[in-house]
Amino acid sequence: MIDVDVEQQLGTFHLNVMLVAQAPVLGLFGRSGAGKSSLINAIAGVTTPTRGHIRINDVTLFDSTQRINVPTAKRRLGYVFQDALLFPHLSVETNLLYGLRLRSNADQFIQPSRVIEVLGLGPLLHRRPGALSGGEKQRVAIGRALLAQPMLLLLDEPLASLDVPRRTEILDYIERLRDEFRIPIIYVSHSVAEITRLADAVAILSEGKCVAVGDVDDVMNRMELKPITGRYEAGSIIDTTVTGHDNEFQLTTLQFSGGELIIPGLATRIGERVRTRIRARDVSLATTRPDGISILNVLRGRVIAIRDESGPLVDIQLAVGDATLMARITQRSRAQLGITEQQEVFAMVKAVSFDHRSIGYA
Amino acid sequence: MEWLSPEEVGIILLSLRVATVSVLVSLPIAIAVAYGLSRCNFPGKAIVDAIVHLPLVLPPVVVGFALLVLFGKRGPIGGWLDDWFGVVVAFRWTGAALASAIMGFPLMVRAIRLSMDAIDRRLETAAVTLGASRPWVFASITIPLALPGIITGVLLSFARGLGEFGATITFVSNIPGETETLPLAIYTFTQVPGGDMQALRLSVIAVVLSVVALMASEWLTSRRRASSNHD
Repeated sequence: MIDVDVEQQLGTFHLNVMLVAQAPVLGLFGRSGAGKSSLINAIAGVTTPTRGHIRINDVTLFDSTQRINVPTAKRRLGYVFQDALLFPHLSVETNLLYGLRLRSNADQFIQPSRVIEVLGLGPLLHRRPGALSGGEKQRVAIGRALLAQPMLLLLDEPLASLDVPRRTEILDYIERLRDEFRIPIIYVSHSVAEITRLADAVAILSEGKCVAVGDVDDVMNRMELKPITGRYEAGSIIDTTVTGHDNEFQLTTLQFSGGELIIPGLATRIGERVRTRIRARDVSLATTRPDGISILNVLRGRVIAIRDESGPLVDIQLAVGDATLMARITQRSRAQLGITEQQEVFAMVKAVSFDHRSIGYA
Repeated sequence: MEWLSPEEVGIILLSLRVATVSVLVSLPIAIAVAYGLSRCNFPGKAIVDAIVHLPLVLPPVVVGFALLVLFGKRGPIGGWLDDWFGVVVAFRWTGAALASAIMGFPLMVRAIRLSMDAIDRRLETAAVTLGASRPWVFASITIPLALPGIITGVLLSFARGLGEFGATITFVSNIPGETETLPLAIYTFTQVPGGDMQALRLSVIAVVLSVVALMASEWLTSRRRASSNHD
């Protein structure tokens, strides 16, 4: 349970965030300069708000009216910085154990051996941070934060300084530690792909304020937030269950309330829950059920909202079963097809538009 | 050591002792002052900074004279030290060490402060979020990372101590066997007829000592750099 209500003046920037959320992984989303890092710093105790309170799992870390301000060192929050910040004069192993050695034995519920195994740190232990790649550094930083026995992990854009292949790798590791250690996480990012893959709930920050908080699905699909969540990244999230594998063509079938999705083969067991994200620009529409096409996924849906853009594009929101699907088409197509609200349409999604980045294990 | 006379050995040992003691005494204070100047903002910081640098810009004779006034037997600090602890530094080798320490202090503080300024402050923040107390962050992060600067500062101050002349001769005079360090002895030999050969011998020794100290610090710093990059 995260309960934050803080106000703070940082130069010309005013942070005023009210946020209550309960989620294993809370995504903190916003453009750069929206106040994400300021909020994380206030929660970690690196900076002190002028007013408000910060409560994590019913532990009050800060309360201006009760004059409570727990010192940073005693807050027990695992803060992972954007650029790892490993201690350059210490070996990887000593870095990992830095926080652990400051905790009493009674407080040690996360064991070094498990962290080293889950994050694959074994071969790195006797190296120096200077000899590690960016991805390795970030893994060590996460391990070091975990071993300080935190009650909450704060990941501040941990992928920002990494190249794309490394990002996927670190995301895999973060998913593993989320499932393995069951420590709540606040994950800060300006990437919709990372948030939708990892987070269960998301809070959206804009100009120092929290403008929305809730289910990733709900929040990310809200039309009025599109100026913040971004035009390029528009899309929808659908939680599905794996129902079949086609070994001959190496395809996997996913089931959700609105129908079936066929995607390139996934290495998962049947019955497993999978979260997919479908970008609006990968969805095309037809007014009648199309025939003789290569597109494998045709879903029947109903138009629930049309967002007129000033440009040549328009976003159309569909209800497909219980899920919401977003389609981005040209104004011209919309006019030719005569699409209006409440109309029944068919949404087509190419199986090849699902890639590793858009699929996560829920 | 046939090629050195007992007098020369005595002069060298005294010089080394004066320089070593001056470094040992001033190092903790220099680290504290450098840390304060690098990390803290307090009123009068500019004044503290200026006072620390004063020996660098003042004529050494002025520093020596100030020491004489303050630390002389009847001076405000010297009298107090004598009354309460029975300690006298004026005209003693300890006074020479004090003069060396004061003259080398700005060099030491500068070198340490520069290396502390160069440390990424967020490393210290990271240590705090991991549960470290301020003193422990200082001991486990700040000091090790500032070590190259500390080594440089120690060397500079040590070399300055070996070469100290003006403040020393003003404060503790030139007493053979007590306060006559290398530079003072060289000066003495240049003042007596036929002492040029002696002065030259001692000058060569001074050069050798300085080069050895320089090489030792280079070796220490490069060894550190090697171990933090590779391994």
